[in-house]
Amino acid sequence: MSGPGEQSITSAGAAGELEALRNGDRAETERFVRQHAGWMLALARRMLRNGAQADDAVQNAFANIFKNLSRFDQRSALKTWMHRIVVNEALMLMRKTHRLREEPIDELLPVFDESGCRIEAEWAVFQTPEAVLQQSQASAKITELINTLPENYRIVLMLRDIEELSTEEVAEMLDLSQANVKVRLHRARAALKKLLEPLMGGQAL
Amino acid sequence: MMGLSRKQMRRIHGIMFKLPLMITCEVFEDFILAYLDDDLPPKQKFVFELHLKVCRECQEYLRAYRASIELSKKGGQADAAFAPGDVPEDLITAVVEARKA
Repeated sequence: MSGPGEQSITSAGAAGELEALRNGDRAETERFVRQHAGWMLALARRMLRNGAQADDAVQNAFANIFKNLSRFDQRSALKTWMHRIVVNEALMLMRKTHRLREEPIDELLPVFDESGCRIEAEWAVFQTPEAVLQQSQASAKITELINTLPENYRIVLMLRDIEELSTEEVAEMLDLSQANVKVRLHRARAALKKLLEPLMGGQAL
Repeated sequence: MMGLSRKQMRRIHGIMFKLPLMITCEVFEDFILAYLDDDLPPKQKFVFELHLKVCRECQEYLRAYRASIELSKKGGQADAAFAPGDVPEDLITAVVEARKA
């Protein structure tokens, strides 16, 4: 357990770094950029699937971060705050290139008969997620399948299930109602389940 | 239940799901997200679980749905791993220079 003294030293150190950063100290700026650029770029690439656009999103995000550092509320975690900024910059680029337009997902959704009964193929084999993930390349294949979802659904699934943002946050970022985010998330999950069925059914990668 | 085809089972279910407290698979579908978030009021939760108890298709569906969430979470996050050396040097320079300007 860390005592109160130790804690105050840590936060004093962090506050000092933040102060140098706010003052525009060049060495501190470079250290800060090197420390965070990796995960920010990975996040932007995940969302945008385009290297050049991801670079732009990260540059814009850093500009935004530096501009608003003085207003950063230290009660929230710095990385959480920065994460939201990167997501917003990536979304802004997606809107600019019209990538968030409405696209149908119906053909991947479950089917019911006239009395409302589910029509599903029978599972001969069912592999647990652990078993699926043990195969090399499983993660890459899953990402590839997620990337085939229509963009307006993929982004909701990514932000909720992979980036683990709340329904409320995603609704605000995408300018949707919370009910709409929930409907989209469910449809995206149902569609992805359909796409993942061969993997869960034991098909080799 | 042995010997009945899926189609015959669906016909029986079609009649059964009209009984009080029973819902169709299609209605069940609309409650999945709230059920997994533990957001259903007690009565709806009871109705949801009652359907689940009698419907093998929905049991299998829900199992695959849950597994799929886990796969996208773990697979998506694992694939996102990033080596710090992957950041292009010119991007770092551009960001640092832009701030100085």
